[in-house]
Amino acid sequence: MLAFLVQRISQAFLVMFVISVIAFAIQDGLGDPLQEMVGMSVSEEEREAIREELGLNDPMVVQYLRFAGNALQGDLGNSYFYSKPTLEVIAEHLPATLELVIGASLIIVFLSVPIGVYAAIRPQAWLSKFFMGVSTVGISIPVFLTAIVLIQLFSIGVTVNWFPSDTGWGQWLNDFFTTEGGLPSYGRGDELTHLFGTWESGFFTGTGLMHLVLPSVSLASIMLPLFIRLIRAEMMEVLQSDYIRYARAKGLSAGRINFLHALKNTMLPVITVGGVQIGIMVAYTILTETVFQWPGVGLMFLEAITRSDIPLIVAYLMVVGLIFVVTNTLVDLIYGLVNPTVKLTGKKA
Amino acid sequence: MKKLIAAFVGSMALAAAPVALSAEATKELKMAYDADPVTLDIHEQLSGGILQLSHMTFDPLLRWTSDLGFEPRLAESWERVDENTMRFKLREGVKFHSGNELTTADVKFTFDRLKQSQDFKAIFKPFSGINVIDDYTFELVTSEPYPLLLNTATYIFPLDSEFYSGQTEDGKDKSVITKHGNSFASGNLSGTGPYTVTERKQGVRVEFERFDDYWDTQSPGNVGKIVLTPIKENNTRVSALLSGGVDFIAPVPPNDLERIRNDKNANLVTMSGTRIILFHMNQERVEAFKNPKVRQAIAYAINQEGIAAKIMKGFATPAAQMSPAGYQGHNESLTPRFDVAKAQQLMKEAGYEDGFTITMMAPNNRYVNDDKIAQAVAAMLARINIKVDLKTLPKAQYWPEYDNRAADMMMIGWHADTEDSANFYEFLTFCPDADSGSGQYNAGNYCNPEIDALVQEANVETDLDKRAAMLQEVEQRLYDDAAFVPLHWQDLAWASKKNVNIEPVLNVMNFPYLGDLVVE
Repeated sequence: MLAFLVQRISQAFLVMFVISVIAFAIQDGLGDPLQEMVGMSVSEEEREAIREELGLNDPMVVQYLRFAGNALQGDLGNSYFYSKPTLEVIAEHLPATLELVIGASLIIVFLSVPIGVYAAIRPQAWLSKFFMGVSTVGISIPVFLTAIVLIQLFSIGVTVNWFPSDTGWGQWLNDFFTTEGGLPSYGRGDELTHLFGTWESGFFTGTGLMHLVLPSVSLASIMLPLFIRLIRAEMMEVLQSDYIRYARAKGLSAGRINFLHALKNTMLPVITVGGVQIGIMVAYTILTETVFQWPGVGLMFLEAITRSDIPLIVAYLMVVGLIFVVTNTLVDLIYGLVNPTVKLTGKKA
Repeated sequence: MKKLIAAFVGSMALAAAPVALSAEATKELKMAYDADPVTLDIHEQLSGGILQLSHMTFDPLLRWTSDLGFEPRLAESWERVDENTMRFKLREGVKFHSGNELTTADVKFTFDRLKQSQDFKAIFKPFSGINVIDDYTFELVTSEPYPLLLNTATYIFPLDSEFYSGQTEDGKDKSVITKHGNSFASGNLSGTGPYTVTERKQGVRVEFERFDDYWDTQSPGNVGKIVLTPIKENNTRVSALLSGGVDFIAPVPPNDLERIRNDKNANLVTMSGTRIILFHMNQERVEAFKNPKVRQAIAYAINQEGIAAKIMKGFATPAAQMSPAGYQGHNESLTPRFDVAKAQQLMKEAGYEDGFTITMMAPNNRYVNDDKIAQAVAAMLARINIKVDLKTLPKAQYWPEYDNRAADMMMIGWHADTEDSANFYEFLTFCPDADSGSGQYNAGNYCNPEIDALVQEANVETDLDKRAAMLQEVEQRLYDDAAFVPLHWQDLAWASKKNVNIEPVLNVMNFPYLGDLVVE
């Protein structure tokens, strides 16, 4: 266990080192940070003075060594735009992203497990076919399109008059497709509860939860179909296995077989994929956060790129790298708990 | 019930008018811009966002009216003492947010600080100093006669000298201006303006509250609280308005103009803007561009009206010069000269009938539809056999390329900080000179010392009619010479809910005077 953690921590350092080197190497291609810091009419002389002050004129190696020296002491530099330490800026934005990911994960867990299991047990039922059909559509629609459609339907609202409104059924269909709107379409709302440190939560107020609805659904829409299909496929395979047949022969109730014995083994690969996907979800939040003006790290990162806020870009990439390593480590640990036959460090059992 | 009370209070206040109209400032305004102010220090950066903040939390000595005239604000009146001196009388009894009273000492403090500011010092270069006569009288002195003295005075938003002097707890000078890192002024402000900043979370929201002791009791403004949310994504900003999440948005993307115009709850205001979009033809890189006939051929080949109508969806005013209407240099007689036959003829005369190949660069997220405009221009040039190799880049990468003059034709948009024609020429068509900094954005390397001399002469001409004639001649000569390819002035658009009466507070400079905003 200890050896495993030590190995992972050194891996994390390696990952972050590589990321920082790459980020530094490409920073010239990210544009000139001064463009966002000064007005157009500021003279070249003044610009040069600011560049000198920021140390942008030093050779790349000097800049990197200075950065690495500070980084080892936990200082990843100051954001040009926020005029604050980059880690502080990320800490301020991270809770919003985490809450969005939690919201989306809850939707995924509570929908994908029952739907996936149902579709595995009753593959021929029309409801299963319906879910499978919808999930194919869901997986192929890009998240920003989903988001825009959701905003139009549930935030702005649409009035439908495709059907003749003088007939009963026409009126009913019109009403059926007409939506009221009213759900918030941007931001996290005014009423956030302060938990600790920089964490302000939207989970404890009505408006906070309302603001979470559309972004979470959009973000979940990407992963949900994948998980439904994964759970369905795994479950179907498990249901074919011998021990399930024995359990049936033994006369165990269907519920106990399906939800205790079969589901447990179904979840093994799901957890692995899930852990990786949560990391990927952090990347997907960039799109979702942009569309919903969700003040999380994804939006912050995108804006840092348009502003060439290089220290913030580098720090963000390093933090995301760390998150990937940490989630993967956690996944491996949980895997060990669920399936005790798996050995962490790969030694022979 | 709440509405009823508000209406009742409102009618009571109206009955008691004109005493303290601002006392009924009870409405809340939620607004969404594409960005929030980067700092609270109004001298740290010269940008639209900061000027907007300046007008909300400070007041200028005088400000532009919607027809490009001046109206007195903190300066009650002004008179020219001699060629180089203008005397201002300051309004009495004006209070800063801190409670301090405004005097000429504050104006002097502000003026000196502006001279230090990296972004503003260029604008204040013609000024040699400020003479304080008494607590409410001062003179601005220029080193030469300066016709734009009043234009520049619109940038003087007096700061609370007492508030910005001294040292912070950790021993830093409070008045210092820094481009990066935390200064006292970048996080705290005290002005004379209609609003104070009550909460600020950078990139997320800024909250403003009406200042109780605001001096301008005649202001009809009735907004007590403003919440500004930056929403960068165009679609989201428009959705926020249409779904009722916010009351006021700017800018409005051209693609959504129709949608907002057709919405029964929304109110759209558009205005012809003053930002010129143009292409430079680099004579240093392309031999053919040295030939005026080739440049004219290009000018004839470009269909400005087509671009404004088709690509900009009518959201632009086709241009054949840099000065927009209302500027002194605006020359009525110059109109777009689209004529492909004439263009081909000119190419033939210049000996380039078979054309040539050039490179072109344009940003793709800086101006409205910038990349599409560049594509259209490239297609139009193909008709006179100029083959264009086009590259469009995000602005962060584009400007370094621009500074390197990395392509034969490059796009730029320019807004004159002084709201005056001469500013265009100084930056875009003056002979490039690294030492003096003139022609800093002249990516065409066009150089005509005669024109430069004429502009310099106009810059010390205080007879405004004479000056206008000189600047119009400059425009004419640049046009005849086809020094650059003007495309259009980008329009401005704002949208609000029906009950927000934005029209009276909007202006072509694009800083709405929100202190005077009335919400029904």
